[in-house]
Amino acid sequence: MLKPDHHDPAALPRLLLTLLALLLLWPGLHLSELNPAVLLEPNNAANMGGFLADFWPPAHDREFLALLGRATLETLAIATAGMALALLIALPASLLASRALSLSAIHRGGRPAGWARLARWPVRGLLIVLRSVPEIVWALLFVRAVGLGPTAGVLAIAITYAGMLGKVYGEIFESQDPRPSHALQAAGSGRLLAFAYGVLPSASAEMLSYTVYRWECAIRASVIMGFVGAGGLGQQIDLSMRMFAGGEVASMLLTFLALVLLADQISRLLRTRLL
Amino acid sequence: MSIRLSGVGLTHANGQAALSAIDLQVNPGERLAIIGPSGAGKTSLLRLLATALQPSAGQLELLGQTPWSLPTRARQRLRARIGLIHQAPPLPPRQRVVTSVLAGKLGQWSLARGLLNLLHPLDIPGAREALARLDLADKLFQRCDQLSGGQLQRIGIARVLYQAPELILADEPVSAMDPVLAGHTLGVLNDEASQRGMTLLASLHAVDLALAHFPRIIGIREGRILFDLPPAQISQAQLDALYANEQLQPLPSSPSPAPLCIQIPRC
Repeated sequence: MLKPDHHDPAALPRLLLTLLALLLLWPGLHLSELNPAVLLEPNNAANMGGFLADFWPPAHDREFLALLGRATLETLAIATAGMALALLIALPASLLASRALSLSAIHRGGRPAGWARLARWPVRGLLIVLRSVPEIVWALLFVRAVGLGPTAGVLAIAITYAGMLGKVYGEIFESQDPRPSHALQAAGSGRLLAFAYGVLPSASAEMLSYTVYRWECAIRASVIMGFVGAGGLGQQIDLSMRMFAGGEVASMLLTFLALVLLADQISRLLRTRLL
Repeated sequence: MSIRLSGVGLTHANGQAALSAIDLQVNPGERLAIIGPSGAGKTSLLRLLATALQPSAGQLELLGQTPWSLPTRARQRLRARIGLIHQAPPLPPRQRVVTSVLAGKLGQWSLARGLLNLLHPLDIPGAREALARLDLADKLFQRCDQLSGGQLQRIGIARVLYQAPELILADEPVSAMDPVLAGHTLGVLNDEASQRGMTLLASLHAVDLALAHFPRIIGIREGRILFDLPPAQISQAQLDALYANEQLQPLPSSPSPAPLCIQIPRC
């Protein structure tokens, strides 16, 4: 018997979406040829065991530590300089791409006029191009252009991360309550001021935590790019691995752990103290 | 002429008519209250006058200009001369009160001045004065999320007073305040408006407050103006007709009659 009171109009779409997601995940498992049993085969396990056994004890002689310190600083510098350049591109681009600053949206119930939506597409397209090419490909490109060394890493991070930051900032702006900025624009204020007074106060915490997280990712990315010769810790890890110096790799991985912990603590500090 | 509406209609995007055939003329310095049942179109009318909605029919003239035939920049300048007090003031929770109040003048400030004001408030005395009129001067450096609903409404009023527009539109400006405070705040708003020669339109739920504070009352029902009279000439019959509601179900009386069972056959 039908009980109209118990009917939730959202139930069927939710069920269908869940089924669709499962249906899409299944072929993914097959295509990626995921088979965890391979790890447990005696031959493979022994290989990995031998590699890991070299890790102890971590290398800690004076000469190596000096080298490690310089590589760590280089990695931090690559990540920070890359993020700074990325912000220079991402902030203006996110303002241009976001619907949150639309003047025509005020009297159209939050939907910008058609031509205004079209005008945002070129910027969105640029951000998509910037982030769709992985940073390691950019790094390979720049290593050819500017030679081996940190410059290539900085440029690669700047370009890829500008695309990511721009997209996410734009979405953060759009997900904030639009009423404060609409009210300011309806009282005659310009878009940029309405943004600074209406959107930024609510968006800044989320932007800050995402930026620090991206900085952490940039540290990791700069390590990976070191493998293709873009400087920093990665280049050292690559060298140590080729020389089967497991202890040195272990020390560098520990440094790495410390860096990520540091980023996490900075993010927490900024979020609790400054906001 | 502050406001001139002739034959103005407003149809929402879903095809529902919110206002139809509104004719209204308001002279500079006049003070009007708009009353009417919930959903009658009071807020729509105020948003229309604040140029936050575009009329779908008729002529709209504000402060001698027709906003929807102006280029965007000129329309923003016209908007800076109109202040809208929102029922739930749209203030970012993390913003400080002083910044929220000073934001009233953003339409008149340059971009550089507006950005500088974010770093350090440029007109603390001005903000303090506007807040003092509403007895909130001590809240100057608190954050908006530390205030109650009634206090936020008064911050919204202070912002518009600081904006010093020629036309103030107030949408239920005292709905979150207790009756005494509501009366006092409406008095302050009326005082400021008449002292500075500003035109004031306020929509109100409390009929007694409207009748006590405003020299001209407009009754709106189902998107049309039912009457436009000074308070002394409004009869109880007119108020009853304004608020009559046929859709409400009468509350069940205590000795309830035997419940009536209706079987509706389903196909």
